[in-house]
Amino acid sequence: MLAEIIISALLVIGGVFGLVGSFGMIKLQDTLQRLHAPTKAATLGVGGVLLASMLYFLLIKGHLSFHELLITLFLFLTAPISGHFIAKAYMARRVRETELPPSGGYYGWAAYNDPPAQPRDNKSA
Amino acid sequence: MLRRIFPHPYLSLLLTLVWLSLVNKVTLGNILLGGFLGFVLPLMTSIYWPHRPILRHPFKAIEFVFVVLWDIVIANIQVAKVILLKRNANIHSQWVVVPHELTSAEAITILAGTITMTPGTVSTMLSSDGKAILVHTLDTDDPDAVRDEIKTRYERRLKEIFQ
Repeated sequence: MLAEIIISALLVIGGVFGLVGSFGMIKLQDTLQRLHAPTKAATLGVGGVLLASMLYFLLIKGHLSFHELLITLFLFLTAPISGHFIAKAYMARRVRETELPPSGGYYGWAAYNDPPAQPRDNKSA
Repeated sequence: MLRRIFPHPYLSLLLTLVWLSLVNKVTLGNILLGGFLGFVLPLMTSIYWPHRPILRHPFKAIEFVFVVLWDIVIANIQVAKVILLKRNANIHSQWVVVPHELTSAEAITILAGTITMTPGTVSTMLSSDGKAILVHTLDTDDPDAVRDEIKTRYERRLKEIFQ
């Protein structure tokens, strides 16, 4: 009984955050702001559902399931990287370098400036 | 010699564990197949990943994971609040430049990924020498505080772990 209440609560929480994340995609105004909604709000949405699924198999079916941990791992690996890709592609097309703050170092931002001639890998070191 | 056969021993271990979790069943055959994948995949990809990241303090890495997991929960609530409660005109998005002192590519990747997953910030670009991260904040009135929090909360821990 208690297990079912906890699992349903997690499902509802996950659903609410997923909904908020999707709503943010419509509501927010430019692409970079919209990136914030799926990279975060959706993470807890999926996380809630996965946690509920793990608890369901553990408490009601009586065996431990590792698939949810894997999904979480893959999600944490892919979400920031695809977010970074989308941001960088958008900025290369739509944002001019002069709109950005200076990088503070000798080299500018990567989409607009070439990297140093000597890359920092083991061949040059 | 051992280094040439196992260029990334932790990666080999991780791949084996991932394989076992994928099939969700621990049998001798699965362990052998997982072990084979853990042996072959790092070997085939090692030319793209020449360095072996050095973990100075593995236990601090565990602490870091929990700090980040907790921050992700907080981040979700904060972003949900901004989306639901603030009108678009009141959302002040700003750029924040985060210079850092990390040297290994793995540490910089983890820092950039962590920034994306945590409160109100998305890392959008590196400077071309990799020494600064350009961060887009969803809603802030104090960019310096955001930068200082990233540096004290994540960069300091990553420096302890990797350097």
